[in-house]
Amino acid sequence: MSNELRSLTLAQMRDGLKAKKFSATELAGAHLDEIERTNPHYNAFITITRDKAMAMAKESDAKIAGGSAGAIEGIPVGVKDLFCTKGTLTTAASHILDGFKPEYESTITQNIWNAGGVMLGKLNLDEFAMGSANITSYYGNVINPWKKNGSDANLVPGGSSGGSAAAVAANLAPMALGTDTGGSIRQPASFCGIVGIKPTYGRCSRWGTIAFASSLDQAGPITRTVHDSAIMLSVMCGHDAKDSTSVNMAVPDFEALLSADVKGKKVGIPKEYRPDGIDADVLRVWDNGIKLLKEAGAEIIDISLPHTKYALATYYIVAPAECSSNLARYDGVRFGLRVGGDKSLTEMYEQTRAAGFGAEVKRRIMIGTYVLSAGYYDAYYKKAQKLRWLIAEDFRKAFEKVDVILTPTAPSAAFGFDYKPINPVEMYLNDVFTVPTSLAGLPAISIPAGLNKDGLPLGLQIIGKAFDEQSVLNTAYGLESILAFNAKPQGVAA
Amino acid sequence: MNSIKNNLIKGNTGDWEIIIGLEVHAQINTKSKLFSGASTEFGQEPNVNVAFVDAGMPGMLPVLNENAVEQAIKTGLAINAQINLKSIFDRKNYFYPDLPQGYQISQFLDPIVGKGEMLLDMPDGVKKVGVTRIHIEQDAGKSLHEYKPKNTCIDLNRAGVPLMEIVSEPDMRSADEAVAYMKKLRSIVRYIDTCDGDMEKGNMRCDANVSVRKIGDPLGTRCEIKNLNSMRFMNKAIEFEAMRQVEILESGGEIRQETRLFDSAKGETRTMRTKEDAHDYRYFPDPDLLPLEFTQEYVDSIKATLPELPDAKKSRYMQEYKLSAYDAGVIVAEQEYSSFYEELAGENDPQLAANWMTGELFGRLNKMGIELADSPITARKLSGLLKLISDNTISGKIAKDVLDLMFETGKDAASIVEEKGMKQVTDTGAIEKVIDEVIAANADKLAEYRSGKDKLFGFFVGQVMKASGGKANPAMLNDLLKQKLS
Repeated sequence: MSNELRSLTLAQMRDGLKAKKFSATELAGAHLDEIERTNPHYNAFITITRDKAMAMAKESDAKIAGGSAGAIEGIPVGVKDLFCTKGTLTTAASHILDGFKPEYESTITQNIWNAGGVMLGKLNLDEFAMGSANITSYYGNVINPWKKNGSDANLVPGGSSGGSAAAVAANLAPMALGTDTGGSIRQPASFCGIVGIKPTYGRCSRWGTIAFASSLDQAGPITRTVHDSAIMLSVMCGHDAKDSTSVNMAVPDFEALLSADVKGKKVGIPKEYRPDGIDADVLRVWDNGIKLLKEAGAEIIDISLPHTKYALATYYIVAPAECSSNLARYDGVRFGLRVGGDKSLTEMYEQTRAAGFGAEVKRRIMIGTYVLSAGYYDAYYKKAQKLRWLIAEDFRKAFEKVDVILTPTAPSAAFGFDYKPINPVEMYLNDVFTVPTSLAGLPAISIPAGLNKDGLPLGLQIIGKAFDEQSVLNTAYGLESILAFNAKPQGVAA
Repeated sequence: MNSIKNNLIKGNTGDWEIIIGLEVHAQINTKSKLFSGASTEFGQEPNVNVAFVDAGMPGMLPVLNENAVEQAIKTGLAINAQINLKSIFDRKNYFYPDLPQGYQISQFLDPIVGKGEMLLDMPDGVKKVGVTRIHIEQDAGKSLHEYKPKNTCIDLNRAGVPLMEIVSEPDMRSADEAVAYMKKLRSIVRYIDTCDGDMEKGNMRCDANVSVRKIGDPLGTRCEIKNLNSMRFMNKAIEFEAMRQVEILESGGEIRQETRLFDSAKGETRTMRTKEDAHDYRYFPDPDLLPLEFTQEYVDSIKATLPELPDAKKSRYMQEYKLSAYDAGVIVAEQEYSSFYEELAGENDPQLAANWMTGELFGRLNKMGIELADSPITARKLSGLLKLISDNTISGKIAKDVLDLMFETGKDAASIVEEKGMKQVTDTGAIEKVIDEVIAANADKLAEYRSGKDKLFGFFVGQVMKASGGKANPAMLNDLLKQKLS
């Protein structure tokens, strides 16, 4: 019963709760039991909030009984531990936020609670969302529920929303909140064989979400189906006066407007996403997606996004620059970790930050500090800003001809913990297909589209025009139904 | 020891010119902070006026206070400056415990206000000083060292309070000009209510960039004196610094570009940090805030709310009331002064009103150490006194005594004059009687006068006035005395 409950989609849970086939309390209990059983393996949760979940579920049951249920009333949610949750430990997976319990609730989580979501706990991630494999967390690695055929070796879930993706893939939650700065929702979704969408920059409030790179950070849903993402996205989006970059635009009812019909849809295929040496399985899955869409009546159009090759370099200047400034507030003065300070202020700053931040975070703070320094600003930061504009222009021009763009999500499937990049840049290559969209602020989804030769999932990315999440969702919905991807991860034996 | 004469330092090697530019930090008059809803009220317990964003809490975001923008535009318009319809907020990055975010939100390359100018009334004429720019930024908090012996405490009440930084061109040539600039700026922002100008509370303070050069030479290396918070300190600090630089240069030394602090107890400036350990602030546009954009119509609508400004008011007073530039300048310095004056001048001779207000009244208030706003003598009361002078009820000399009594008793002029019998004697017969008595008692002086010692006329005036208890109408006394003596 518990397994069956947990394998339902969000939409099915909603209908089951409405029909009183099961209660929110039962649903929460089933998830919490499984989380407690398997988290020692997956390490997807940093904090499990059983008491809070049960209290919220009880309240939801009352609301459902009283006929005042919200859009996702009584449905469990995992929260990436980058969202501030009032009274609940919020870590950003960093040592430096030791013991930090915010006095405020992020707008995104508040939107989820207002719609009836039930909080299961806080999900692991790369430290301050910096990483592509969830191996930089102070709270340890997250394990992907998928394994290679015939192998028992653990694999990374992708990052930075690795805990969110692993939890949803392992049926520890039907939905999880993620954030995406350069691919942190889409890449782990691809690695874990599930769905994740990054909406247009400005759709989701950033208030109360711990900042990595403010001009890129965007929250989004991680679910097992496109339909579920549509439901969750409508709940999350909306103007927030507390975030000056939040857009004051009506939020469509994405679910109501869902349509799987791709007939006549113009789908762009960028030639720059097909570099020499691209993984054969990635290419096969992409070509298959193109073929299926064409057969379903979509118009396939070759396009060019000429500045794509600069996107990764641009991203790894802009994001570290902003992060170097955003992370200055972790200084040991007002909250979190403090080390030293008996000798001098500088000593306290140095020791606190040396002990509090991991290697990847330090690396990015150093890069960011460098590119903003006097004498280097023009050569790096300013040039990157110009390129960012050119990359956005590429998309703008392409979208004069097409409705959506189809690309692979990531250049490979999930890899093992034994994978040792020759340098940090090699790890950054994981983001090569996702960062251009982030730089342009556009909405993009990743859906599972096939398996590689090892039996691991590969995702396809569908990119849309600014604020046209509906076309992204609809194309994904159409492709999802044609693909009928139904492979499941091995999980943890009962 | 060198000295300063006619704005030049008389050195051993010749005359040196002082070059001064000012960066004035003025707290913008708003109810809430620049990027949060926390109050800006002064004098609260530490850390009472602090929103989460002011404390740099994770995930908190700034939201611009529109009122602060309006106030900055208003200030720009008041100094005839260019208003930039698009400006950008930048982050100025540095670590300090009272800077919770680890950066100050400021404006760097694209400020809200561009070039403007101010006119200063100096003894030798009007001096024009260019304003380079005005930008908006947040204030930092305060480090308190007095609470605990071994710890520093932080008060974030000021953190995030809106400031305007008003930057001048290096157009000033003396400490007096610098002080006049500060006074003029203070007067303007108080007129338009964009800053209360309270230097004691630190709501208006300035950094002075000072350098010296031989006349005609290119600009010398400057030193910046930080955080001058009174006109007196400004004056002292600038003069000390200029003299210090001349001494170094004349003894063959070089000026190091550096930031200096003024020690008000010792009256000298000393090194705070040198150029070598200057911060690299790593300015970049704040990604949490969109560029600040507004329309010309918006600017025009703010312009329409500007009151008559000091310069305009001054020329009007000179024309309408025929006041001297000096008197007009004194009266328009504060809006309170000018409304007081206008009430007075509406019912009395404008020059008489100016003399009594700036001379007698201000003199007494100064001595008592109180502001016009707190004066027990209102414009209506002073006007009552001036009317008694104009209609010859009392003389100007008696009026001064009456004013003193008004301060003492709080009564109005007419009742004091009535009660104390201070009315002027305008009865010809009565005055003639006193004159006759005085002449009779001073027969010898009369003889001398008549033999050509004209100066003795003054002696007789004095004697008669004295005998009348000061109440004789001076003009009548003069006329009658002349007749009797001849």
